[in-house]
Amino acid sequence: MNSRIVAFILFAAMLLVPLTGVGKYPLHLMVTGLLWAFIYTSWSIMGRLGLVSLGHGAFLGVGAYTVVLLWNLWGISPWIGTIAAVLITVVLAFIIGYPCFRFRIVGHYFALVTLALSEVVRLVIVGLREQTGGSLGITPKSALTDGVTASLSAMQFSSKVVWFYIMLACWVGALLVWRAVDRSMRRMALEAISEDEDAASSIGVDVNRTKMVITLISATMTCLGGVLYAQYQLYINPETVSGIGISLQMVFGVIAGGMFVMLGPTVGAVFLLVLSEGLRIFIGHDIHGLDTTIYGLMLILFIIYMPKGILGAALEKFGARAPGSR
Amino acid sequence: MTAMLRLDNISAGYGSFQALFDVSLTVDAGEAIAVIGPNGAGKTTLLRAISKLIPVTQGDLSMEGVRYNDIAAHEVISMGIAQVPEGRRLFPRLSVEENLRMGAFIPAARGHFDERLEFVYSLFPRMKERRLQLAGTMSGGEQQMCAIGRALMSGPKLLLLDEPSAGLAPVIVQSIFELVKRIRAEGYTVLIVEQNIQQVLKVVDRAYLLETGRIRMSGPAAELLASDEIRRAYLGIA
Amino acid sequence: MDQIFDIFFLEAVLNGLLLGGLLALLALGLNLVFGVIDVVWICYAELIMFGMYAIWWLHAQGGLPLWLAFPAGVLFVAVLGALLHHLVIRPVLSAEPINQMLVTGGVLFFLQALATVIFGVEFRNLGVRLPGVSFGEMNVSLARMIAFGVAVAAIGATYLFLSRTYLGTAIRAISQDRGIMPLMGVNPSKIYLTTSALGGAMAGLAACLLVLQYDVHPAIGLSFGPITFMICVLGGLGNLIGGFVAAFLFAQFISVGGFFFQLEWGYVLAFAFFIVMMFWKPEGILSKRR
Repeated sequence: MNSRIVAFILFAAMLLVPLTGVGKYPLHLMVTGLLWAFIYTSWSIMGRLGLVSLGHGAFLGVGAYTVVLLWNLWGISPWIGTIAAVLITVVLAFIIGYPCFRFRIVGHYFALVTLALSEVVRLVIVGLREQTGGSLGITPKSALTDGVTASLSAMQFSSKVVWFYIMLACWVGALLVWRAVDRSMRRMALEAISEDEDAASSIGVDVNRTKMVITLISATMTCLGGVLYAQYQLYINPETVSGIGISLQMVFGVIAGGMFVMLGPTVGAVFLLVLSEGLRIFIGHDIHGLDTTIYGLMLILFIIYMPKGILGAALEKFGARAPGSR
Repeated sequence: MTAMLRLDNISAGYGSFQALFDVSLTVDAGEAIAVIGPNGAGKTTLLRAISKLIPVTQGDLSMEGVRYNDIAAHEVISMGIAQVPEGRRLFPRLSVEENLRMGAFIPAARGHFDERLEFVYSLFPRMKERRLQLAGTMSGGEQQMCAIGRALMSGPKLLLLDEPSAGLAPVIVQSIFELVKRIRAEGYTVLIVEQNIQQVLKVVDRAYLLETGRIRMSGPAAELLASDEIRRAYLGIA
Repeated sequence: MDQIFDIFFLEAVLNGLLLGGLLALLALGLNLVFGVIDVVWICYAELIMFGMYAIWWLHAQGGLPLWLAFPAGVLFVAVLGALLHHLVIRPVLSAEPINQMLVTGGVLFFLQALATVIFGVEFRNLGVRLPGVSFGEMNVSLARMIAFGVAVAAIGATYLFLSRTYLGTAIRAISQDRGIMPLMGVNPSKIYLTTSALGGAMAGLAACLLVLQYDVHPAIGLSFGPITFMICVLGGLGNLIGGFVAAFLFAQFISVGGFFFQLEWGYVLAFAFFIVMMFWKPEGILSKRR
């Protein structure tokens, strides 16, 4: 009961933060943190059930580029664009997921197949360079001209406060989805599946269908994350929203925070953000790439010495057994 | 007379689970010794301890008077101890000859590869016929022969056999124990672990009875074969 | 008109063949390590990238003649491979398989960033110009032909090593039954280290061949890393023969696809083919390692 009250207080505090007059940069950090927390949580819905994808960059990229391209090329509202993006995502997730689950392609194979998918999405984006600007990236055409500060139809808002509340709502939504998936009957079935598929099948659980649904949920949410990213950052390029780099970063974020705990991915997002911003500030661009070197080194050390993640390790230390961890 | 293999008060197990308690036994050069006992008695554990596949928590292992508790598992074969593990454990996708080659991996054995190969093929003519066949495609009896041959390739002084008759048809089992006799005749010292008490006691000089990790009885094979306790408990003879 | 079309098409096919040899070498290294140690080196391409930098640095910066720089490069990456295993992979060998993959992913980040710090983001060229060779109307780069020849020779040498030597046989054996290796007098850790060094050496060799044809920059691993993974998965992870065949197949897709469309579409085509194969013959992917 105590933790519930604490959570409520914290949440109320978060709601009030933008109203305290905190500066643009901290607000930007919080918005970005919430966005990545949303994306990482989306990934972890699959990851915690043993479906480790190294290719979620594909869905992120599809989300980001679909809305921007449809808007820039044909003036189609990002809301419609989102629907298109989700449709593409669903198709992609299905193409990859169905054969993998049907033919029990799991583990290393599954991870590498997803990795290939994200790379192919990146290549398609680069290949369509006339439309997408290739590696140089692209910016959605601004609807905020002539003093207009917000456009709902264009999904563009100049106020970071507005974006804060949007991201907060989405993040909470992701947590609710996480919990719903966690609690549903499928959870019991899936824990059985991750232990022994054949046994699970024998008690009438449609293993493949369940895996497919989880995959679609995770992919769709990530796609939405891509849409949000594009509309907020107002600049995307193939490397930051698709491909192996961002895909790996998602996985790292979840692992660093703790894969089997609801708030694990969020902790991971905050941690990675603090880490990268901190490194950038203290080491910065004097020696180009030094911050990322340390970043990479820390990630290696994390996997070796803290595989349960920050939150997972903390929970263990304080007695609570991380739920669902094997 | 110093024994070849000597176990003094050996305790060993798997993590927190102890499987062997205070086990002592000796094997003299040229002898054939059996360790018999029921399932789960710790017989395989005993051989694993001797080969240092599992650590020994108490007691001393010595070979030809030299204590070897502190060497690594892969160094045991250089002391002249070779094991034919339970279940044959051939490399299924290597050929018969490649399996035999693995038996001669240690540098000391490589120089003698050709002559030992000839010897093994003379013991097992069928192996020579199937030298290029993948080991995993052979029958159980053939695999057992190959596994024994593989152990012989290192030119060991002491040969450990873990349940050589397990899972084999009675006719094959016969031939396996004939083989053991032949190997003995060639001068090898043998330690066999077996559940097939009747057959093995006919082939060895002495035997130890291992029950739940402890030595309960020991003595000449004929004695054990005639003992009431063994006959009642294991041979089903009232 | 038709004849010219045919010639260029043939040229693409030939280039695909030559590329296939190189990709087969890449796949071999990755498959070998996976088959023995059961770990996928996600950072495999980055090892090659560092090898390329090493050779460039020794030759273009240090003035070392190529015939010395190349072996040095191979040795360098072999050591990198052994270090990778000893420092990074060994500690997580008993952890979940995904952790093992991820830790090499961390190394990917690390190596890319380190290369940026040390060498900067500019494209570096070895400064060696090899001529083209003409077969009638077709032009093929000599560098490519050399790469093909060396790659095939290396693959052949590896095959002989694995099948004819004690160590090679032990490497094949350990993936079939690790537990009894000590009974044969084989130290499994030593085999893992040796295999890692061997995988590194193959990467180093690939670096020699690639640096003759392409400029090196920190992100170059992205150009051939993912395609190598795709090849290995299609041929069956750990399946040395499968990887060999898949490499040539993919190379044709890339080369011919790139001939008809832009380069990127060749890769996309290869991936589409891969997806089709997954639906059609998943056993090809599931075939167990040799």
